[in-house]
Amino acid sequence: MVAYILRSTAQAILVLLAVGLIAFSMFRFVGDPIANMVGQEASQADRRELAERLGLNDPVLVQFGRFVRDVAQGEFGVSYRHGRKVSDLLMERLPATVELAVLSALLAVVAGTILGVYTAIRRDGWLSHLIMTTSLVGVSLPTFLIGIGLIYLFAVELRWLPSFGRGQTVKIGWWTTGLLTESGRKSLIMPVVTLAFYQLTLIMRLVRAQMLETLRTDYIKFARARGLPERRIHFKHALRNTLIPVVTIAGLQLGSVIAFAIVTESVFQWPGLGALFVQAVQFVDIPVMATYLLFVAVVFVVVNFIVDLLYFVLDPRLRTGRALATG
Amino acid sequence: MLTGARLFFATLLAGALLAGAAEARTVVWARSGDALTLDPHAQNEGPTHALNHHIYEPLIIRDPQGKPLPALAESWEITSDPTVWEFKLRRGVKFHDGRPFTVDDVIFSFERAMQPTSDMKSLLSSIDQLIRVDDYTLQIKTKGPNPLLPANLTDLFIMSKSWAEEHGATKVQDFKNKEENYAVRHANGTGPFVLVSREPDVKTVMKRNENYWGKGQVPLEITELVYVPIKSDATRIAALLSGEVDFVQDVPVQDIQRLQQDENLRVVIGPENRAIFLGMNVGDPELKSSNIKGRNPFADKRVRHAINMAVNRQAIQKVVMRGQSIPTGIIAPPGVNGYTKELDVIPPHDIEKAKALLAEAGYPDGFSVSLHCPNDRYVNDEAICQAIVGQLAQIGIQVNLVSQSKSLHFPALQKNEVDFYLLGWGVPTFDSHYIFAYLYHTKTDKEGGWNSTRYSNPKIDEMTASLTQETDLAKRNQIIAEMWKILQDETIYIPIHIQTLAYAMKPDLDIPVDISNQPKLKFVRFKNQQQ
Repeated sequence: MVAYILRSTAQAILVLLAVGLIAFSMFRFVGDPIANMVGQEASQADRRELAERLGLNDPVLVQFGRFVRDVAQGEFGVSYRHGRKVSDLLMERLPATVELAVLSALLAVVAGTILGVYTAIRRDGWLSHLIMTTSLVGVSLPTFLIGIGLIYLFAVELRWLPSFGRGQTVKIGWWTTGLLTESGRKSLIMPVVTLAFYQLTLIMRLVRAQMLETLRTDYIKFARARGLPERRIHFKHALRNTLIPVVTIAGLQLGSVIAFAIVTESVFQWPGLGALFVQAVQFVDIPVMATYLLFVAVVFVVVNFIVDLLYFVLDPRLRTGRALATG
Repeated sequence: MLTGARLFFATLLAGALLAGAAEARTVVWARSGDALTLDPHAQNEGPTHALNHHIYEPLIIRDPQGKPLPALAESWEITSDPTVWEFKLRRGVKFHDGRPFTVDDVIFSFERAMQPTSDMKSLLSSIDQLIRVDDYTLQIKTKGPNPLLPANLTDLFIMSKSWAEEHGATKVQDFKNKEENYAVRHANGTGPFVLVSREPDVKTVMKRNENYWGKGQVPLEITELVYVPIKSDATRIAALLSGEVDFVQDVPVQDIQRLQQDENLRVVIGPENRAIFLGMNVGDPELKSSNIKGRNPFADKRVRHAINMAVNRQAIQKVVMRGQSIPTGIIAPPGVNGYTKELDVIPPHDIEKAKALLAEAGYPDGFSVSLHCPNDRYVNDEAICQAIVGQLAQIGIQVNLVSQSKSLHFPALQKNEVDFYLLGWGVPTFDSHYIFAYLYHTKTDKEGGWNSTRYSNPKIDEMTASLTQETDLAKRNQIIAEMWKILQDETIYIPIHIQTLAYAMKPDLDIPVDISNQPKLKFVRFKNQQQ
């Protein structure tokens, strides 16, 4: 187990370095930040001088090396766009994204599981057909269209929910939350639903397929033969055995929800990390882009690691198998 | 802080109870992007200045038409020495925290703006010396006579010297430094609104400055001003339709017509001080992106005139811009000193004549060339270029469109890497010299920074230089007229149109389009809807 953790950590560091290097070699294709950093009156000499001062004329490897050295010292630089420390900016934006992502993941898992079980049990009910058809829409419609559709319905037409932003937030230490105020909660509804929609349909279809499979197995038939109530069979015996792959997928999806909340955040002007990244790309804000990509890589590495560990916890067979193979 | 829903009811209530104009009223102002910083000298950028104009003030401001108005300076004039300007400062002005405003703050702010890390320094490069005459009189000595100096000061904000010293903000943000400058998120100006809170990219809240020197001279009816950047066009307009936002500054062209039909909204349209045009590489012996080798088609004036005739500006206005542009024949927007109706002649759209000119120049079958275009800078920039590709194909010029982000487009222009390109140019000084110096002057370290045409005419360079020295306005205007006559014939640029701006707002607001796109909300007076 210790060996496994050590090996994973070493791999993680390699992954992070690779991500960083690839990111740095791509930045030059995003553009030149100088054009965005100075006004149109700046002379050629001023522009050259600024590029020199920021070290933008150095080879990619030198720039990358400097970044790695700074990061190792916990220094992520100053944003070219905001003139503020990147670490401060990220910390400020993190709560918004985490709140959005965690709530979306929760919604996706809970609703997805319930709907999945329902559509598996009532395979031919009209409601099941309706749910399955709607889920097709969820899989195929782009996120921004769902978001804009919701805005027009609930913000413009019905005027129930705010169309943008986080509403009023409450500060708890360095963390900010919108869950403690009414406007904050209202502001969360549409972005959470938008972000959860795709994952929800995915999990629902997964649970349904697993459930259908399990319901055909012998032990369920035996349970029926024993005369156990249907409810008990469905939730105690069948659902439990369908959940292991669901946990894996849900875990991995949480990572991608945090990393790719970009579209949802842009549509709802959600002040999270995704929106910060999009603007950094447009501005060629290299310190922010680099740190954000590094952060996303860390999230994925950590989530994968936890999912790996969860396997050990959840599935006793894997534990003994591993022990036998290595021992 | 008002929340969305409460704000909505507050607005309803304000509408229902609207008795007098003295009522407290919050205005939520939405734009597509946020100001980059509150530090008044760190960024020379439109949206940044637009927000800072509400908190800080320069010596001179401009009204919506671009006319200079006294702000922190009450009057200004050239002294008997043509290299010295004298500014009489306003007395009795206080910064937001109560510190008095004097000439020392002005000198401090100018010196701060001239630091190497300041983005405003190029506007002040002609200044030689700042002379303190008394507490309320400043003399500025320039390196030579500079009749244009006041025009460069309209976005140059005045900070409090002692405040900056107290908070270690005497230097402009250096992006190489690893620390944030205090002035980036804090502000202490003399402006009509006081900063209450700032969350970059989320919102900036300001309240009315009850001690504003201009109280009684300007309406100043807005009691609270909330500035919110909303990047997505659809969301920004939705926020206006749902009542969460009172004033949207960046209205997308495709939404204008629909908003105009909404009785609960007001849409105001007006020209911006910005022309959109094409530039051609006329100087290189050969075009990199062309099939013609050994000579440069653009170097031939007949080819340039042919292109000028082939571009159908009316079609671009109608189809691409949905009517929201003013076709133009000169790259100086109206209102700029030197613009005349006589110069603004759009050549008749004539395919046959253009083809004949091309044949005469030796290109009967046309030629190929790449057109570089930004896709995130001007209104419908990419679509304009697509239209031009089709229009030039009619005279046999095969245009290969390269459309990319402004972060790639502008550096390529700066480095003279393109043969044919789209550019927009605003004229913040409202004087033709600004156009000559940046777009027509030979490209050197100091001048001609945006002249990517490789055009180099010593006579034009010399005349441009003489404009900065000539203090006799009549004579100076005559030089400008002469220069335009030469340059209009040279046609190194193909003017397309003047961009128009659209603002949309609640009907009790009436904010005129600001020609520099920097609306100043202290001028806003609420309309009584019930009348």
